[in-house]
Amino acid sequence: MAEEIVVPGYKRWLGSIGDQVGFLVDFFRNLFAGGFEWSEFVRQCYEIGYRSMLLVGITSFIMGVVLILQLRPTMISFGAASMLPKTLSVSFVREIGPVIIGIICAGKIASSIGAELGSMKVTEQLDAMDVSGANPIQYLVVPRILATSIMVPVLSVLGDAIGLFGGFLALNLRDTISFKLYFTKVIASLDFSDFLPALVKTIFFGFAIGFVGCYKGFTSNRGTESVGIAANTAVVTASLWIFVIDAIAVQITSLLFY
Amino acid sequence: MTEQETIKKKQAPKSQKEVVILIRDLKKAFGDKEVLKDISLELDKGENLVVLGRSGSGKSVLIQCIVGLLKPDGGSVKVFGEDVAGMSDKQLKDLRIRIGFLFQSGALYDSMTVRENMEFPLTRVLKLKDQGEIDKRVAAVLESVGLSDAIDKMPSDLSGGMRKRAGLARTLVVDPEIMLYDEPTTGLDPITSREISELIISIQKKNKTSSIIITHDMECARIASDRVLILTDGEFTKEGTFDELLKSKDKNVASYFNII
Repeated sequence: MAEEIVVPGYKRWLGSIGDQVGFLVDFFRNLFAGGFEWSEFVRQCYEIGYRSMLLVGITSFIMGVVLILQLRPTMISFGAASMLPKTLSVSFVREIGPVIIGIICAGKIASSIGAELGSMKVTEQLDAMDVSGANPIQYLVVPRILATSIMVPVLSVLGDAIGLFGGFLALNLRDTISFKLYFTKVIASLDFSDFLPALVKTIFFGFAIGFVGCYKGFTSNRGTESVGIAANTAVVTASLWIFVIDAIAVQITSLLFY
Repeated sequence: MTEQETIKKKQAPKSQKEVVILIRDLKKAFGDKEVLKDISLELDKGENLVVLGRSGSGKSVLIQCIVGLLKPDGGSVKVFGEDVAGMSDKQLKDLRIRIGFLFQSGALYDSMTVRENMEFPLTRVLKLKDQGEIDKRVAAVLESVGLSDAIDKMPSDLSGGMRKRAGLARTLVVDPEIMLYDEPTTGLDPITSREISELIISIQKKNKTSSIIITHDMECARIASDRVLILTDGEFTKEGTFDELLKSKDKNVASYFNII
């Protein structure tokens, strides 16, 4: 009887990297191949964007409130209570907002895409699409990755606005500041170099979330257990990618703007 | 001469008939498990060939190699005279349009209604634009499988038999020349199984399709087959018409037929 071949871990890892590069190449090849699925793209924007708004809104609001409540005593001790709107806006728009919203989207969207495509794999729907002569990458992957790349930045901007509004309400719990004065301070403290790099990195967050979700779903195994594994690994991997992209983005932003 | 060698000799190309699928010495293994061992087979135009075998005997792997879903480890698979292994993506796509594949589960796209499932290959594969023609073809194919009333239902609202018939309709909507059925009656009650088997015959007659039917359902084999091949542990061990095999004294063959 032939002995079972044991593939070393590093070879499996290299093989997986190769598969991911191949999947990425397939995505770009199909993106520019023509025959874009507009209706599926719009449906995905609705599913990914609109259906995540409530979760993103609530989380951002709470983050805005909590940050003000946590910052206030320290800022008062430094005699810098008037700096609270500026501190919140810069930290929220530059870093906290995009990363928190990215992580929330990874949890909600990457898992949902991973589970949906994993379940299509298990029930042979991907194979059915393939053997019918249709292109599953064109129909399923391209619209999803583009939708996440567009909707995560939109959600991030929305989350920033709601978080800053939450900060305004929290500030008014103990102090009194008018809506006009608060947002004048917020807007005055933000400039192009705060907003644009944050927006650009959320495009990459969205791309990573969509790509990881699709890849994990497409490469899941046949059993029903693999659907859960696909969803779970999609969340973990996408979350990790968000921190990696964030670290790279900070370096690039520092070089370009500061 | 062994039984397998006799079958291989019988499978030598027949000049008088048009062969649509020709498989020679096909090998496929997963890890150290050899699933298909030098399989040879040919399917004539208009023929319904049933491949009988126990679970895990390699039946589904065989038809997945025919459509290029799995790559064989050795041997050749020719469909309409073209070697599947040597095809480009474009050629493989063109070939797949000519082959209908009914999956065991029906494999309906569960985010789409039955109508959208039928429209999908017409708009994405055949690239039809005329909505009138699309509607006409969808209505006709659903009528042929008796599912006209289910046109706007979601797959989750369909019974097992209806899902199979809807899956069948989706493959038929593009008028394939070859049909590959993977366990078409598995999981269905005897009456629905019989209806599906009779549907396979009516498709063969009406659409002039050539078919390979993978099954372990003897009633389906009896109704739908022109010829039967028995696959045991990755090798064809017997070939003949259903009635010939029914009379066989071979223990392996008899073990299938004793249950009916």
